[in-house]
Amino acid sequence: MNKLFLALMLSLAAIFPAAAAIDTYEFESKADQERFRSLTEELRCPKCQNQNIADSDAEISLDMRELTYRMMIDEGKTNDEIVGYLVERYGDFVRYKPPVDKRTLLLWYGPFALLAFALLILVVIVARRRKAVKALGKNELSAAEQQRIQQLIEQTRENK
Amino acid sequence: MSKGRLIAVFAILLGVAAFAGMAVYGLNNDPRELPSALINKPFPEFELNNLLAEGQTISKQDLLGKPALVNVWATWCPTCRQEHDDLNKLAKQGVTIFGVNYKDDSIKAQKWLTELLNPYALNISDPKGTLGFDLGVYGAPETFLLDKQGVIRLKHVGEVNDRVWREKIGPVYEELLKQ
Amino acid sequence: MELALYIPELGHLALILALCFAVVQAFFPLIGAWKADHHWMSLGQPAAWGQFVFLLISFACLTWAFMTDDFTVAYTANNSNSMLPWYYKISAVWGAHEGSLLLWAFILAGWTFAVAIFSRQLPEEMLARVLSIMGMISIGFLLFLIVTSNPFERILPQSPVDGRDLNPLLQDFGLVIHPPMLYMGYVGFSVAFAFAIAALLGGKLDAAWARWSRPWTQVAWAFLGLGIALGSWWAYYELGWGGWWFWDPVENASLMPWLVGTALLHSLAVTEKRGLFKNWTVLLAIAAFSLSLLGTFLVRSGVLTSVHAFASDPTRGVFILVFLLVVVAASLLLFTMRAPSVKSKVGFSLLSQETLLLINNIVLVVATAMVLIGTLYPLILDSLTGAKLSVGPPYFNALFNPLIAILMLALGVGVTMRWKNTPVTWLVKMLGPVLLVSAALSLLLTMLADEFNGAVLLVYFLSAWVVFAGLRDMYEKTRHKGFWAGVRGLSRSYLGMHLGHLGLAVCAIGVVLSSHYSSERDLKMAIGDRIELGKYGFVFEGAEHYEGPNYISDKGTIRVFKGDKQIALLHPEKRLYIVQSMPMTEAGIDPGFTRDLYVALGEPLENGAWAVRLQVKPFVRWIWLGALLTGLGGLLAACDPRYRRKVSTRVKDALTTAKNEATTDV
Repeated sequence: MNKLFLALMLSLAAIFPAAAAIDTYEFESKADQERFRSLTEELRCPKCQNQNIADSDAEISLDMRELTYRMMIDEGKTNDEIVGYLVERYGDFVRYKPPVDKRTLLLWYGPFALLAFALLILVVIVARRRKAVKALGKNELSAAEQQRIQQLIEQTRENK
Repeated sequence: MSKGRLIAVFAILLGVAAFAGMAVYGLNNDPRELPSALINKPFPEFELNNLLAEGQTISKQDLLGKPALVNVWATWCPTCRQEHDDLNKLAKQGVTIFGVNYKDDSIKAQKWLTELLNPYALNISDPKGTLGFDLGVYGAPETFLLDKQGVIRLKHVGEVNDRVWREKIGPVYEELLKQ
Repeated sequence: MELALYIPELGHLALILALCFAVVQAFFPLIGAWKADHHWMSLGQPAAWGQFVFLLISFACLTWAFMTDDFTVAYTANNSNSMLPWYYKISAVWGAHEGSLLLWAFILAGWTFAVAIFSRQLPEEMLARVLSIMGMISIGFLLFLIVTSNPFERILPQSPVDGRDLNPLLQDFGLVIHPPMLYMGYVGFSVAFAFAIAALLGGKLDAAWARWSRPWTQVAWAFLGLGIALGSWWAYYELGWGGWWFWDPVENASLMPWLVGTALLHSLAVTEKRGLFKNWTVLLAIAAFSLSLLGTFLVRSGVLTSVHAFASDPTRGVFILVFLLVVVAASLLLFTMRAPSVKSKVGFSLLSQETLLLINNIVLVVATAMVLIGTLYPLILDSLTGAKLSVGPPYFNALFNPLIAILMLALGVGVTMRWKNTPVTWLVKMLGPVLLVSAALSLLLTMLADEFNGAVLLVYFLSAWVVFAGLRDMYEKTRHKGFWAGVRGLSRSYLGMHLGHLGLAVCAIGVVLSSHYSSERDLKMAIGDRIELGKYGFVFEGAEHYEGPNYISDKGTIRVFKGDKQIALLHPEKRLYIVQSMPMTEAGIDPGFTRDLYVALGEPLENGAWAVRLQVKPFVRWIWLGALLTGLGGLLAACDPRYRRKVSTRVKDALTTAKNEATTDV
């Protein structure tokens, strides 16, 4: 019974394109290994539900990792060249880091613009409030207001 | 109502409408559907074995001359099985269909074609998936429509059934025939 | 017993009755408040009770269906199985769309019930309006459930013999706690929202309102933060590759309300203390809840791709979309009509806590906007041009991290500031030592590491800055009594604040150290192989067959040594869940305060060797520890007795507006 289960499991594992995301690539240096890791983390698996090719079990991810390894180590290509190669075939979709071009102006510069705009508003608000502080001067409560305070304090004492 | 408030009201309604429009678009579209990066680009160069003829190779040249479908399929793909009958029908109507046997066992593939009829004018064997990769294939079935100069005009992911042919691929195919 | 067969129908009926109560709760008190009719206003509380009771019944019925393996109920058949362990059967109730929505509605009824009980000191019209708004929100969710997502639908007459099983990824303790915590947060923000709308409707947007609203907001915020942290921790140990945050749309959907909620908390503080920023506070409350709803929409409509998304259905998507749009449009329009246009004459100078809290709000709002833009951008671009683009961690990290750095810098300055005006000399006296100590400590720690890293240095500095500024302020406040005696006299609100800030600093350290100093190797290990990674040696001893309740697996054994001493025995597994034939990786983790050891099995190779992933992740637990501290800080602050003290509201109102010179504690 045990053997049957094991065989069943292994055969199913073979059918499933679940070649695990753990490859056994050899790297000369730690820098290379890290470069591979960060590059594969930046590339998206075209058919998964939002996963990068480093972590995905899909067969296409395996192919893409193999290609990345080959281009990086065997052919000595740069990151841009590798990404470009994949984008040519699969489109911009496979890049998790969106390109900085006309289409992505709002994306990349929007938040900065918003921050700058907001800080500008901050300056205006603070300036206005500073004026208000100066305007009130030392006598912050008018005579009428001071009287009212006294009244309320009396009332509170009475209520206790 | 002051002018400031009026502008604010207008801006709110505009913003809500814009978001609604975008959301409705999103609801009607599958976010996982990937348009091909190769539309209006030439079919990639390749040289691979003919699945059904030992020793013979096929290259891009063999696909040129008239508008054709290039269908990426495999025996491990259940949808391909479903689609196969529709492909047979199209082939009978005179549509040229080339096959790319993607990451498959050639023996199994040959048996499949013998059993289920062969709609393909030529069948390219791509066991390692290299041609598939150059085409931006990430699963099967996927079908490309080429014009007579070998430029990719359309890509469809999923099975090519009656409806898909009628609404999506067929009309473009007819157009290309006229050119 | 024949009647037991009809328990799902009872659950369905209870749902409909809850809706009826929600309708009563939504309209009668509101009209009552408008017409100043005491009887109609008082209907709010019993209606809230009724809604809660029936949702409890409904939820219990669904749980019953799961516990008794009632596969005539479609939802149970799709998400459970007779072999599923009983504790997962309970959590499977909220494992998919319909059930989790029922949980949401139940928690909403729970919060409404809590508001109804714990708000004795609220004026009648305010409570009536708050309950009313919450009733309207309940109506939305209950209608959504009944019309499009009924969990009690039956499969008859041919019911499946057994269920399709709960998704193996969800068969975990994480599912038991993560969604309930998260929903406590999402739903809790509806209370803050209801308070804001009620204040707008009543035309009374004042410091008292802020004081009532604050503890509810703090609790909701704390739960949401804890829920997010739990999700991150769960993903870390469950998914098998050692990551803990992916900027996935669903993750972002939970982070955005939390960020806005943080801004809201701080804004409420200003409104309570100084009567300022009222409009900001109301808008933030509206934004926090709207983002919760937006999150619901994104997760359940199928509009964005995500590993977390529920199975989608356009009808459902349209329903939530309409609900979301109505809520946002109505609340914003109400705001434009009713927001006070009379600006308070209260002023503050540049160097004041008001300014710093304004900066805090700005940074958090910009961060939220950035996450929102990034999450929606693929959809925006697709709808405008048809182009498909992906926006992922490289984008979000690049923009989010600098913003948090600015926030932490401002934080240190902010806690030592006084309200209204802070003399520069005071500031220098307070922060001078903090600056020196932080700089020195961070430089020292950085030099101790093997390799210099600028980001690590920066985060060391910022975290030290935050922590020491807090300590400096506490020291200053307890000078007269001595530190430990004085601390006991400080308010819970104040201590909660510092605990929250401490959590942020701890979390930041965890993030930067685990991101930059992790070691990792993916490689083939034969039986008996020993690999060195960091200070540790990992020895692989092969994998054995193992059978679980509803899965079979290959269970690996890896011994970890420090030199010659064994310090851990790990069992990573490669499981196959039988019903769904779904393979899964269970990582073997040795948790530690200063590092985690993380191993996972890949694929079996020849002769019993396996592809193995080994990771040493320094300080990764600090990420969730920090989040836990922050959450506890929020809960501690909410327990401050001043929120429950009965103070005559007239006097309180008058004193607040007349009092310009506020105290220095928060």
